[in-house]
Amino acid sequence: MSRVGWIRLAVIGTAIGLLEISCRLGLIDHRVVIAPSEMVDALVQLLISGQANDQIARTFGIVTAAVLISIVLGFALGVVIHALPRLREALDPFFATYYAVPIFIFYPVMIAIFGLSAIPILLMGVATALVAMIIGTLNGLDRIPRILTKVARVHQMGKLSTALRLKLPAAAPHLFTGVKLAVSYSFIAVIASEFILAPAGLGRIISDAYTDFDNRRMYALMLLLIVVATLVNMTLHTLDQRWAARRGLVKSWS
Amino acid sequence: MVVIKRAIDTLIVFAVMLLAWQALHQLVGDTALPGPVPTLQYLVRFLPTARFAENAWATLVSFFYALILSYALGLSIGIWMGVHRLSGAVGEPILISLYTLPKITLYPVVLLIFGLSTSGRVTFGAMHGVLPVALLTMNAIRNIPLVYLKSARTLRLSKGQTILTVLLPATVPEVISGLRIGFALTLLGVLLAEMFAAKHGLGFLIINAMQLLQAEEMVSVAVVLFVFAVVANALLLIIEHRLHRRV
Repeated sequence: MSRVGWIRLAVIGTAIGLLEISCRLGLIDHRVVIAPSEMVDALVQLLISGQANDQIARTFGIVTAAVLISIVLGFALGVVIHALPRLREALDPFFATYYAVPIFIFYPVMIAIFGLSAIPILLMGVATALVAMIIGTLNGLDRIPRILTKVARVHQMGKLSTALRLKLPAAAPHLFTGVKLAVSYSFIAVIASEFILAPAGLGRIISDAYTDFDNRRMYALMLLLIVVATLVNMTLHTLDQRWAARRGLVKSWS
Repeated sequence: MVVIKRAIDTLIVFAVMLLAWQALHQLVGDTALPGPVPTLQYLVRFLPTARFAENAWATLVSFFYALILSYALGLSIGIWMGVHRLSGAVGEPILISLYTLPKITLYPVVLLIFGLSTSGRVTFGAMHGVLPVALLTMNAIRNIPLVYLKSARTLRLSKGQTILTVLLPATVPEVISGLRIGFALTLLGVLLAEMFAAKHGLGFLIINAMQLLQAEEMVSVAVVLFVFAVVANALLLIIEHRLHRRV
């Protein structure tokens, strides 16, 4: 690992260590935050007991469904919009504004329409992720070099093989950025919806544990969510950077 | 001409959205989703009431403090991490993973610390806004072309002059993008906090209206927030474009 990596590890380690010590010494009230070691212990026991398995499966199932729908639909819509420049121009302000609107204000409306079930949650996940995938697709298609179309013509390639063997790989890094954002946005939307109001799911049981003052359970579930979200997001982020670097793109954090 | 064409495009998109709303209303009925016209009628009656004013004010106050906190902290962290390369290299992945975290998970912790108070909502709003501001500010400083600094030296500019005439204008457009995203996310954070647990605010009003099956009020408040977010974003975008063109 690089020097920077070691320093980062030390910074994170120190932060967790300080929290542990403050909790053990009673500087932080255990009714507010429990020691990190206790969180890990609570999580391990919770996972062994299998009490939360249904909820975990439900939440990650909805996230997966939302991600898949967003990617497929977002890519398809992106291709269509890219083919129609007039439509794209008209939609430009819409895309520029989309993520400025706090979309959760429409979650209660979704509940009023579809009832308190998994459907409004899934829809929130798709609604937040879809546009990121569309924008990623548009960016990718924009950046296919003209020369590739000429190459295809020189080699007398068919439309399908041009699309699959030249265009798709050329657009891939930007498509992947769309996928990466779709995953993290769906995650955020599904969890947040479950927190606000849901019949079941991880967000719901964390919020229940909070209401019951069951800190061990609450922090165990929080830790689980944070670890899973961080692992998934960091993996996608690293892949994204590596892929972009290989194609000579310098990408910023977004 | 281009401006007019764009305005027409925007109007068409807007009209399509209204039609979609009306269609959805026809599909699901009055009790679930009132149509655009009844909602607007309700809105006209609802806006002057004291109940709306009180809750809108509560949201505005939380949002205002959260925004100040987001900007102050975000800019300080961003400048520090942009100028001090090592801190930037160490901190960037940490900030990115915090940025992609579903922060609502941490709201119970904020509640346990602050209780059901304005400070809790302010903290939670700021937790959302700080990260994009910090990340974009850091990027803006890192991306200053080296040739700018060299020309400043060639022209024998003093340190103060360099900052004012070279560094500031070079970074401002990207920093403004950060502030715009920070604005949107801070608003999201404050509203989420109000929707999850609060007794005041527009977020609370929406949830409350849903539970009381007052669909018109629920949709009206959503429309108000939608318009606020869209207008604020448009204004910040205009500033951003102006600055980009100038550089």
